[in-house]
Parts: sequence; C-alpha cells; structure tokens
Amino acid sequence: MLDPEITPELIAAHGLKPDEYERILEIIGRTPNFTELGIFSAMWNEHCSYKSSKKWLRTLPTEGPQVICGPGENAGIVDIGDGQAVVFKMESHNHPSYIEPYQGAATGVGGILRDVFTMGARPIAAMNALSFGAVDHPKTRSLVHGVVRGVGGYGNSFGVPTVGGELRFDSAYNGNCLVNAFAAGLAETDKIFYSAASGVGMPVVYLGAKTGRDGVGGATMASAEFDDTIEEKRPTVQVGDPFTEKRLLEACLELMASGAVISIQDMGAAGLTCSAVEMGDKGGLGIKLQLDHVPQREPNMTAYEMMLSESQERMLMVLRPEKEAEARAIFEKWDLDFAIVGETIAEDRFVIMHGNALKADLPLSKLSSTAPEYDRPWVETPTAEAVEFIPEIDPIDGLKALLSSPNYCARGWVYEQYDTQVGADTIRTPGYGAGVVRVAGTNKALAFTSDVTPRYVKANPFEGGKQAVAEAYRNLIAVGATPLATTDNLNFGNPEKPEIMGQFVGAIKGIGAACAALDTPIVSGNVSLYNETDGRAILPTPTIGAVGLIADIDRDLIDGTAREGHWAVLIGETRGHLGQSALLAEVFHRVEGDAPPVDLEAERKAGQFILDNREMISACTDLSDGGLALAAFEMAAASGTGVSLDAGDAATIFGEDQGRYLIACSTDKAEALMVAAGQAGLAIATVGKFGGTQFSIGSASESLDALVALSSGTLSRLFD
Amino acid sequence: MKAAVLVFPGSNCDRDLKRAFEQAGFSVDMVWHKDTNLPDGVDLVGVPGGFSYGDYLRCGAIAAQSPISRALKAHASRGGYVFGVCNGFQILTETQLLPGALLQNMSTRYICKPVGLRVENTDSAFTSAYEKGAVISVPIAHHEGNYQADPDTLLRLNGEGRVAFRYVENPNGAVEDIAGILSENRRILGMMPHPERASEPLHGGTDGAALFAGLAQALVAA
Repeated sequence: MLDPEITPELIAAHGLKPDEYERILEIIGRTPNFTELGIFSAMWNEHCSYKSSKKWLRTLPTEGPQVICGPGENAGIVDIGDGQAVVFKMESHNHPSYIEPYQGAATGVGGILRDVFTMGARPIAAMNALSFGAVDHPKTRSLVHGVVRGVGGYGNSFGVPTVGGELRFDSAYNGNCLVNAFAAGLAETDKIFYSAASGVGMPVVYLGAKTGRDGVGGATMASAEFDDTIEEKRPTVQVGDPFTEKRLLEACLELMASGAVISIQDMGAAGLTCSAVEMGDKGGLGIKLQLDHVPQREPNMTAYEMMLSESQERMLMVLRPEKEAEARAIFEKWDLDFAIVGETIAEDRFVIMHGNALKADLPLSKLSSTAPEYDRPWVETPTAEAVEFIPEIDPIDGLKALLSSPNYCARGWVYEQYDTQVGADTIRTPGYGAGVVRVAGTNKALAFTSDVTPRYVKANPFEGGKQAVAEAYRNLIAVGATPLATTDNLNFGNPEKPEIMGQFVGAIKGIGAACAALDTPIVSGNVSLYNETDGRAILPTPTIGAVGLIADIDRDLIDGTAREGHWAVLIGETRGHLGQSALLAEVFHRVEGDAPPVDLEAERKAGQFILDNREMISACTDLSDGGLALAAFEMAAASGTGVSLDAGDAATIFGEDQGRYLIACSTDKAEALMVAAGQAGLAIATVGKFGGTQFSIGSASESLDALVALSSGTLSRLFD
Repeated sequence: MKAAVLVFPGSNCDRDLKRAFEQAGFSVDMVWHKDTNLPDGVDLVGVPGGFSYGDYLRCGAIAAQSPISRALKAHASRGGYVFGVCNGFQILTETQLLPGALLQNMSTRYICKPVGLRVENTDSAFTSAYEKGAVISVPIAHHEGNYQADPDTLLRLNGEGRVAFRYVENPNGAVEDIAGILSENRRILGMMPHPERASEPLHGGTDGAALFAGLAQALVAA
C-alpha cells in the first residue's frame, strides 16, 4: 500500500497546526513521510505533550520527604514506611467513554491499572470519579449504564477493589461525560521499576496482547473538541480485555522478581510510539524497532497503524539479554506474547523498519523535548456576585430535596456493581467518606478519596481549586489517616479560549497553594482539555485523588458508629456560606454566589486536632456539600441511629463553610474535646444528640428509615 | 492439615482463600491450573473466586477442562474435601462435582454487597460450627449467581439435606433462595457468597470464620 502524500489537509487531520508542522520541518530538515507525521502527531497532541498545561503544572508542589517519585513517570510513588511504598495515579478517559461508554470506561480502568503495575506495584485499590449530563438528557441514561458496567466489567474481573469515587450530574456535561479512573498499588521501595532504558544493544521486548487497528489516532481524538460528527470516531476507541490484563499483571510481577527487567513502560496513549520514545528519551538512548516482529492481530497492518495503535494490555520492556529464556518462559506460562521487536542504540535516533523499508528515522530526543509548549493567554474569572435573598425553608424538606437529587443521594446503585472487597483487605467500602484498605500482612492501612466541587471551581477557580484539595484532606483525616500526597486529574474545556485557560490557571494556583499548605504534594496526574461540544465547555473539574496512611489500624483508624446518647459535635467555624451551595442548586435551582473561602491554616489546625484526638472520637465525617444536614444524615444512616439536631436557619443547617467536621462521641469525651479544642483555639460546639429512630432538626422531623429509603432509592428510580 | 488452592488464569480470590485457610490452621499450597497432580497428602482443595479464563464463555466452563480439574475430580472421588467459592462454585457445577448451574443474576447486573444467609444444615464439616437456622452475614460479589436445577435435583437436594445455605433476601433469582449446596458425600461445598471476606473483624463481620474453623476441626477429628 502506498503511503498518502503529505498535504495541508492531512497535516490538519493529524491535529497539527501549520506552525507546528513548520517546526517539524525545521527539526528533521525534510518533509516527513506518513508514518513520521503520525509519530509527531502522537507525540505532540495535547494529551501526550501537555503543551498548553506544562507551564502551569510546573508550579505545583511535587516534593516532600515522603515522595519517592513525583510526576513524570507512569505513576507517583510515596513512602509508607517499612520499606513499602504506595504507587498511584488518576487519569481521564473522557472522550472514549462518551463515544463508546462500556469500552471507554473499561479501558480507562485498564490503563490506570497498567500505569501502576508497570512500576512493580500490585494494584490494591481503585476509584472512579464520574460526571454525567443532566439526568433527563437523552444520552445520560445509556452513558451511566455503559460507564458503570464498563468500570465494573474491567475492575471486577481484573480483581481490584473499587473503594471510592464520585458521581455527579450537570447539564454542562451533556456533551462530554467525565470518567476519571484512579488506581493505587503496593510496592517494595527497593523493587520499583522505571521507564528509562539503559545500555546499548539491549533487546527491546514487546509483552502482552497483540496489536490490532483499534485506537489508531485515539490520543489525537482526545485532544480535539467534539461536534456532531462524533459518532464517526467510534473506531478510534480501544477494546479492553481484563483477563489479559490480569495475566499481564501476574506475568510482569513474576518477570520483575526474576531480575530480567532493565526498564519497562506500558503502552497507553499512542501505544508503541509513546512508550518507545519515553524509554529512549529518559535513558538518553536511541531505539530501533523492526515491526515485522510485533505480534499482530490483523493481517497487512502498516507501520503507521502499528506505531499508532492503542490496542490494550501491552507493555514494552528493555531486557537483560542473559535472562531472555527465563523471561520468555514466564510469558509462555501465562500464554502471553513475548517478542523481541528491537534494540537500544547509541545514536539519538528513532528508527522504524518494516520489512526492508525504513519507515521512520527521527531524532528521538527531539520528539518529546522539542514538543511545542504554549503560554496560552488567559483572563481572570470575574468575581462572583453576592447571593441575593434566600428564603427560609423547612430543614427536613430541604434535606429531602437533596436526598432525592442524583447528586446527593446514596450511591449504592453504582457501588454495588463494583467488587469492593476482592483481596479481602477492604476495611471501608465506598459510599461514606474515604475508602480504607489494609496493607496486606501488616497492621497498616491506606485511605483513598477523590474530590472536587466543580460549581465552586467555576465560580471561583482559585478557591475551588483549594477546596478540592481541602475536602480530600478532610476525608482522609475523618478516618484517622495522615494525608500523604495527591494526584490531580484536570478536566477543562478548550484552553485556546482565554476564559477557560483562566479557569485552569486559577484552579492550578489554588491546588498548588492547598497542597503546599496541607503538605500533600502532587505526585502524578493527567490533564484533559478540549472537553467541549459545539463550543460549550464542561464545568471546570480538577479532580483530586488523595492517599493517606493509617500507621496502626488498632490505634489510628476512626471507623466507629454514632450510638444512642452520643453527642453530635461540630468542629470548625460556621458562618453560613450558601453561595454555590447544594441547597441553592437543588432546592431553589439557583447557581449563584461565590465559592466558600478556604482558610488553609484553619484546615490544617482542624485536621491536626482530629488526628491528635482520634481515640476520643467514635465516628467522624467532614462537612461539605449540603452542610451539617447532609453530614449528620450520612452519619446517622451509616450508624443506624437517629439524631436530633438543634434548630437553626438555612445558613446554619445547609451552609457549606469549609474546615469543619462532625464528630460523634460520648459525654465525657465531648467534654474532654471541648477542653482540648479550647486550648487549640479551635471552634467547637455540640449541635445535637444521637439516638432514637427519628432524624430531627429543631421541631422538624422524619423517620430515619424513611429518609434512608428515599436516599437509597433515588438512583434506582432514575436509572432502573 | 494440608490444603491446596487452585489458581486458574483469571482467579482473583486465590490469595484471599489461602489466607482464610491458613487462619484456620491449614498449610496451603497454591496449585497452577496446568499441573496435573495435587501435592501429596492434600486433605482440602479450595477452588477460588475470580474470572477463570476471563469467563467470556459460560463461567467456569473452560476451567472445568483444565489439566488440574482431572486431579480435582480424582481427589473428590477419593472422598477428599473440596470447597468452591463464587467462580469456584461455578467451576464445581461445570465439572459436575455438584449438580445444577449458575445463571446470570435476575437484575442482569453484577452485585456486590453483604447478604443474610440462613444455615440450613449443620451436618457437614463446612457447616458444623454453625447453629442450624442461624442467620449469618456474608458478602456476595457476582454476575452469575442465580442457582438453578431441575425439579428432581431440587427434590434430592432438599430431601438429603444438601442445601447448606439459603439467602434470607434473594439477591439474584436463585431457585428456592439457594446460596450453597453440598455433594452427596457432604465433603464438597459450593457457595456463591464469600466467607473469606467475612473472616476477620476488619472485614466488618466474622460470620464466615466459623466455616473454616469447622472444617479444620472436622479434619483434625478425622
């Protein structure tokens, strides 16, 4: 087959701007051929190159004594003591999931799992943050069913417990749903594997599943806005096979234990191209590939297709040559492909041979190091106007409105479709604060949470960015975990629009400030831009995944329930901030006002107070959307006991002031906490008492069972 | 007391089952599906949960044809103990060591949640540490847990006291709420719920631990 001629149309179809193409001509001093154009487009698209975001990502705090490896590798690595490390990352699979929800979501889970086990870590927890359009939008229902089945279909079969995540609905996501997949794994600090190749003439080995035509051009697709031709892009979505991934996991871990691996990299976006360039670039080496040896699923595949295929469940490895037989035997045991497809070379070249034909010959280090980088113009998001008059409402009616909303009801309908316990180390399943998983064979545990409140970020990117980190921090604290580090999955619209870029910049600044103040460095992450359809952007959604350590389960874990006679104690200051609140949105259908301000010093103080007084606290939850009302309901529901809260106005009951926790504890503990909080200079107040079967706020009351039934039936009513 | 846990490609509760066996006092060998023999002196074989061979065909159908499954059948025919959980139960019906079949859940969805089980029969090593009629809480996690059998089989299972556990609230459409059944010689148990996920306080419940403890006790006595 003859390669097509390089025309301006072909260049544009590869997502390359004319000035970017000029840069290619400068670098190689000649017209690229078709395969080379494809390689450049794969390396330089937004998804792989971070060309619009890099400048700002560099400003994030990424270091700390706990950090073993920050951003830039497959996943971040954080020390958890005793020679062990947690390896984690969050990554979006938004565009594929909108086009083909089951496979898009499934391969999102598969991709993030691979990022983790590529580094030598066995995955022990997963989360999924999902954002969909309005529930009455015609596409939402099929997307919800497809995505949830896809997440479960892959994770359940692979065998990783899903212990957390988010679920939200907003018409801003009508044309672009978000699927943000998180995975964490456990590794030994002296057995971590990186992608940098080393040594000249070392065999480059292809592992895993065969290469097909699926996903060709996927990363380029994920870097463009959608329009009404979107359905035509279905063939660019990959197909997942969790069974192969599970075997790949086991085979890779065996292979790593054998000492055969010099470096290893999974084939994710832009497959063979990205992984080979990454390994060569990081090791300061060139790579030569002979494509005839690539295991192929379909006949007559071209060099272009093989280099850009995004077929799943594949890895590239640089092998110690003396271990070849041993390595091959491991892959044969697991019935996986193992093929030597190339070698490392001393020259800075990326050489692709197919048969006797030279299909590409490019300066390897320039493919990533000279990728374009933009300082895109941005404008500050205007200050939000103050909220106008909000009428008082019956607090139980307000709570019922929240519990009937798909945004604040119980999430069981989703989580029950995920295996939350495989591994038999899950201590807290998803649905109520952070998920907690024991570190197998130890008395340590890790806590996981993912958070962001997009309407805050839209109203005020800086405070919204801070709030996402602060809420994640609080969710970890509330289970007794010491926050360790974070991963960010930044989902925004078209960065070429200054107001969208302004959201991005503001959010990054807020996230950076909060991560620095709360000592939770960003160790990995992913950026997803161009989440727009027909010019309409999603809500800015910088999802924060956070990991905390429970060093001694018996001593530190807060996992109890509120019991009859316990006090409801509120830590932190209540001012009654209702701007951008859940109450305003769900009850009054008003999206107004500023995001609540986040006082990072106060967050830190309150968080430290909870950790210092863990043994006095029976149950703890943070206050976020829905304020005291929703926090108290969730605690009462999880505990199976009613509660009677003191009367208050809407601002007191539903206000979303930050830096607050609700605690349940006995009378003597409450007294001791009061004293301790006074000494720490922290606001504390009893706001009610647990007991009985009613959920009451002042004189308004409803049976807890009825509220639980309302809450747990909402998603089923909408989607069954 | 020696136990073996079979490992098929796609098994993912193998290590969990091993740990539960070890907690009860067994020494445990993991046995690869391509092996043709069980280790010498194995008293108990565990067939773990997961998605053997991806379960892209009928669940457990390919695992039942694996080399190790012949050794499993030989062990069973010698009167050895066999315990199949979830995918393991599916494999045991596919090898016909247990009657009936596991179909897709009525909801057509995967379901993971704790369920109430009624202990129907204590006349087996597996259920000996429970009280008859006791209700225990054990998690399920499956997409194909809807147990079905023909009327004659059901008549026999009921008549011979071979229904070990029934669901208190049927989650998947299983006939007569059946969650777990015994073989004729009462030495093989297959069940959809995961007792290994309810065997330590941190699991949120320990109702499953008695199954492993009872098994260990019976084997010591024997």
